[in-house]
Amino acid sequence: MSEHVATHDDHDHGPEKGLMRWVRTTNHKDIGTLYLLFSLLMFLIGGAMAMVIRLELFQPGMQFVDPQFFNSMTTMHALIMVFGAVMPAFVGLANWLVPMMIGAPDMALPRMNNWSFWILPFGFAMLLSTLFMEGGAPAAGWTMYPPLVLQTQDAFPFLIFTVHILGLSSIMGAINIVATILNMRAPGMSLMKMPLFVWTWFITAYLLIAVMPVFAGAVTMLLTDQYFGTSFFDAAGGGDPVLFQHVFWFFGHPEVYIMILPAFGIVSAIVPTFARKPLFGYSSMVYATASIAFLSFIVWAHHMFTVGMPVAGELFFMYATMLIAVPTGVKVFNWVSTMWRGSMTFETPMLFALGFIILFTIGGFSGLMLAITPVDFQYHDTYFVVAHFHYVLVSGAIFSIMAAAYYWLPKWTGNMYDERLGKIHFWLSTIFVNVLFFPQHFLGLAGMPRRIPDYSLQFADWNMVSSIGGFAFGLTQLLFCYIVYKTIKGGQKATDRVWEGATGLEFEKLSSPPPYHSFTEAPQVK
Amino acid sequence: MITRATNRLLVSAALAILASPAMAGFDELNLTQGVTPISREVYDLHMWILWVCIIIGIIVFGAMAWSIIYHRKSKGAVPATFHESTKLEILWTAVPFLILITIAVPATSTLLYMSDTSTDADMTIKVTGHQWKWQYEYMDEGIDFISNLHPDHNNARMKGSGTDVTTIDHYLLDVDEPLVVPVDKKIRLLLTASDVIHAWWVPELGQKQDAIPGYINEMWTKIEKEGTYRGNCAELCGKDHGFMPVVVKAVSEADYQKWLGEKKQAAEAAAAGADREWTLDELMAKGQQVYNTNCMACHGMNGEGGVGKAIAGSPIANGDAGAHIDLLLKGVAGTAMAGYAAILNDVDLAAVISYQRKGFGNDADIVQPADIKAAR
Repeated sequence: MSEHVATHDDHDHGPEKGLMRWVRTTNHKDIGTLYLLFSLLMFLIGGAMAMVIRLELFQPGMQFVDPQFFNSMTTMHALIMVFGAVMPAFVGLANWLVPMMIGAPDMALPRMNNWSFWILPFGFAMLLSTLFMEGGAPAAGWTMYPPLVLQTQDAFPFLIFTVHILGLSSIMGAINIVATILNMRAPGMSLMKMPLFVWTWFITAYLLIAVMPVFAGAVTMLLTDQYFGTSFFDAAGGGDPVLFQHVFWFFGHPEVYIMILPAFGIVSAIVPTFARKPLFGYSSMVYATASIAFLSFIVWAHHMFTVGMPVAGELFFMYATMLIAVPTGVKVFNWVSTMWRGSMTFETPMLFALGFIILFTIGGFSGLMLAITPVDFQYHDTYFVVAHFHYVLVSGAIFSIMAAAYYWLPKWTGNMYDERLGKIHFWLSTIFVNVLFFPQHFLGLAGMPRRIPDYSLQFADWNMVSSIGGFAFGLTQLLFCYIVYKTIKGGQKATDRVWEGATGLEFEKLSSPPPYHSFTEAPQVK
Repeated sequence: MITRATNRLLVSAALAILASPAMAGFDELNLTQGVTPISREVYDLHMWILWVCIIIGIIVFGAMAWSIIYHRKSKGAVPATFHESTKLEILWTAVPFLILITIAVPATSTLLYMSDTSTDADMTIKVTGHQWKWQYEYMDEGIDFISNLHPDHNNARMKGSGTDVTTIDHYLLDVDEPLVVPVDKKIRLLLTASDVIHAWWVPELGQKQDAIPGYINEMWTKIEKEGTYRGNCAELCGKDHGFMPVVVKAVSEADYQKWLGEKKQAAEAAAAGADREWTLDELMAKGQQVYNTNCMACHGMNGEGGVGKAIAGSPIANGDAGAHIDLLLKGVAGTAMAGYAAILNDVDLAAVISYQRKGFGNDADIVQPADIKAAR
């Protein structure tokens, strides 16, 4: 092996030929591509599960699946979308973009990079294999609350070990990103000159390193409760089921920001390009991101207002949660000010970025409403919550990933995507994501709990509307797959700058597509 | 004139659409105001935050829309170069903060009001969540019963039941025995659970609270209007989480006393039944009823099994009666098979065990209520 490495100690070589290129690669672009394609695959599998959910909920009565399988679908949909689709997509983007944006030849730890990707497919193969096991796939929700999760049958250890593997992958990816950003910036690229995408990922990576081990610890305690006679979460043995929720959400709340901070970075790159005006309030954007990251550690219990905390605790978590509205507001105001008196055009990446700002803000509003403890007692565990987190995760995180794909695909492939199809994809996605999720606000307020396979008749109409939106949104994403395929295959050649208003090293100093090793000589940044 | 006529036309068209039968299900768009002092405060708070959000939304999205319409390249807009303003940043940090205070103040006072369970309550009811039913214990009256999803609904919700669920009133929101309470009394609710975490929720009461094994949570309510109020379990509690309704019947004090009397009489009659010998036919009839309510969901209509083990042909149902009784009393740790000692009385247990031992093609000896009593 060492001999093999030695012969490749040559910085001009291109990619290896054949399939083994992808298995053995240590190149940040190859690994970025692997992450992105893997996340697209998981997006389709998780999406198919969402279709099963919406199909069963299309009308009242049980028509297609059993309640237990329905619970498996909601659980697996969430696990796959969170850990398989959104997070790997952002890591893929970081792999492609961070070295190019800071003027580095590659990631700092390329072999670890290969490893952190390649354990993912095994993790998800394990998770998906539970669908065929005695007792079915995990069905206690992605939050895995004991005691319920301890009723999981054969799937249980597979669930726990999957979480361990995904955690390892995330931690290695995060360490790599931190090491790259701290050590491999081009001369002159001071921290406060880094593009916001790099900044947001830098902060996200620290969040990952901080909370993934906590999550791994929590699920390991579940494992020992199940098989080794401990009683961490078993009241009958002197343990505490609520303790798990505290530990889980100490991970879980930073986790939701892990899924949105890189999105902020993407939008902060795209809006200035198409407004042809520099980003408004760069430094306040950096400080706002850091504030959000800090606050994310002290708001976890707002996910568990109904567990019967002391009133002082409820007040603290309510106030802390409300505070998050301030830095988040700063971000939205800065984006709007960037557009203000710009010279805007509306290519597909800009459309997705604008869609992101509006729909994410709507999700932010419902988030503010959910923060208010006494009212949250009504909203908690209803479809209002489902609507809220799908607004921030689908029309938030996923929209930003779509925007990023359209924005940088021409740079990556050297080919322009089909603009007409891109716009159709945007409009269909935006219309149907609202048909899908907006009525869920009404359902929640009218009293429909989440995670139920069948419902009372007064919820029938909006569920049908929501399902129709769901099917249409799902189908629309096949169009996205086709557009990406077509762009990789060919198309009108992209210029090096790609977009008239684009700035940053990847557009100013690199060809489209960029060379296999981006910067063999570090560029000077003024 | 034209605009006014158009306006009137639009308004009447909108009203016609809203009033049409096709929109019948679309009237519930907002949170309920409910029937308790808490629920009304919560509703007002909800509306206040909603309006704050709507107004901020109009301002922010309005500025965006203005920019999108007027500052576009196709209109010949030339980009400005400004890119920071400390004054603005301070302004849009401080103003939202002040707005948040206007929300935090009423929210705090409502929360403190809701958490006041210490002032004297007129009565206390203990609510215990079981997979997948609620148990209500009237602490001062010695009344204790289980509230299941109504059997008709339970049959209709099975896949392939052939029942059109749209013909069922309050589908999935009706129970065999509702919680009956008097109006205008401060009622303290103590919540706990026997197996996994559940959450007790009736939207009209304005509050939900988790029922957690090993914990006793508290909440209070005071229903001001007679009526039947419906809700669900709100915390994922396993397979039949969606089939665990909460129904509260609020009645006048006189009706409540009458109900209490009847309930106590029924309890005495049941206690008397536990002391006598039951015939096979009696046990089988009663047993089927108990089985369908408590066992069928996991073990199947004919004991063929499902999420739970098969009872037809099982060694337990055909083996020693003592072991069978023990299993039902204690449950199986680490599985969804709960212990029924606290849920079913001696007669119910004797009946359902006998039903399992004589039905489904099994053939073992029946048990009597006295056997259960001895085994407890």
